[in-house]
Amino acid sequence: MNDKKWIVTGLVVFLVIVLFPFWFNRGKAVPPPEVKLADKAKAAKECVLSRDYMRSEHMRVLDLWRETVVRQAQRTFTNPQGKEFVMSLSNTCLDCHSNKADFCDKCHNFASVRPYCWDCHIDNPKEKS
Amino acid sequence: MDTTRRRVLQLLGLSAAAMAAPPVLDALASGPAPVAEPRIGTPPEFLIAKQWALVIDTRQFHSEADVEPLVKACHSVHNVPHMTEPRWEIKWIWGTEYKHAFSGTASNRFVSESVEHRPFLVLCNHCENPPCVRACPTKATFKRPQDGIVMMDFHRCIGCRFCMAACPFGARSFNYTDPRPFLKTTNKQFPTRMKGVVEKCNFCVERLAEGKMPACVEASKGKLAFGDLFDPASKVRELLKTNYTIRRKVNLGTEPAVYYIV
Repeated sequence: MNDKKWIVTGLVVFLVIVLFPFWFNRGKAVPPPEVKLADKAKAAKECVLSRDYMRSEHMRVLDLWRETVVRQAQRTFTNPQGKEFVMSLSNTCLDCHSNKADFCDKCHNFASVRPYCWDCHIDNPKEKS
Repeated sequence: MDTTRRRVLQLLGLSAAAMAAPPVLDALASGPAPVAEPRIGTPPEFLIAKQWALVIDTRQFHSEADVEPLVKACHSVHNVPHMTEPRWEIKWIWGTEYKHAFSGTASNRFVSESVEHRPFLVLCNHCENPPCVRACPTKATFKRPQDGIVMMDFHRCIGCRFCMAACPFGARSFNYTDPRPFLKTTNKQFPTRMKGVVEKCNFCVERLAEGKMPACVEASKGKLAFGDLFDPASKVRELLKTNYTIRRKVNLGTEPAVYYIV
């Protein structure tokens, strides 16, 4: 047990380094992003499904949409309220949510997710080119 | 042994009751009133067929100028880029000569001069027996059971290009680079592609869903006819009945759905 002081010092140094990000960033949490709604989305009030569901599960909705449109040749979606939508990311979702930078990107960047939708899908179908 | 037969039977009975209980309890517990499920369907204007087919009246095509507007209509609607580098060329529909379009077919070595020199419009044949579909390891390309269109699911394409090797018609192109910088104009209603996926003619599925004819057919002013191959009353069947037609490389057994009136 002659090396006790070295082991303890080593452990302390190790803990300090490992926990450095935690105490360095204490109290500096980045606030969650405020999502801005485009005018058309604000006017519509209700999205395809309820707001809470869309907030947490929109990726599932989009996955279902792409599967049914591309592979099952079905293109209309009728929500529980009986309202009909064409299942299209660019032409339906982004028609209302025409502010991709303020709506999609803000949260995605915060959560550090990088969906590759926009490699192909055009982000603002109504914009004049 | 202090366990009696009576005790064992009691235990057996109890465990059987315990196993039977949850389903009964589930059935008794009435959940919240069922919410209307969202429904998925097809719009009423969606054009349906058993197998879409295209009949091209090549007698009405005399020079490249007759082909050009059709190619342009298709490529502008589908955001097909014009690549400056020939190795990167991407095309959905194009014009070519008889000897290229029908090479290897059991056709005559010597053909009439007018046939030899007229441009033949070629595109994906949407074969009834598509070899590309069999080659695809991810089922990114598939034959749509609803209407026989050979479709691409770009989300699934891994860019292996087996389908390009399998297609005897060269109907498929590969995106060697990001196509977006090469697009002069963009149709914002339709997606582009990304680097690393294969693309080809889709028989305008997105237009058929809106009740419209394919872009090339619309731009052809009657030189092309589009319809259901298995509907005896359809326009294509009418043309096939009254004209002599040929198809590309029938000897391979892929059963192309694009017919040429010569």
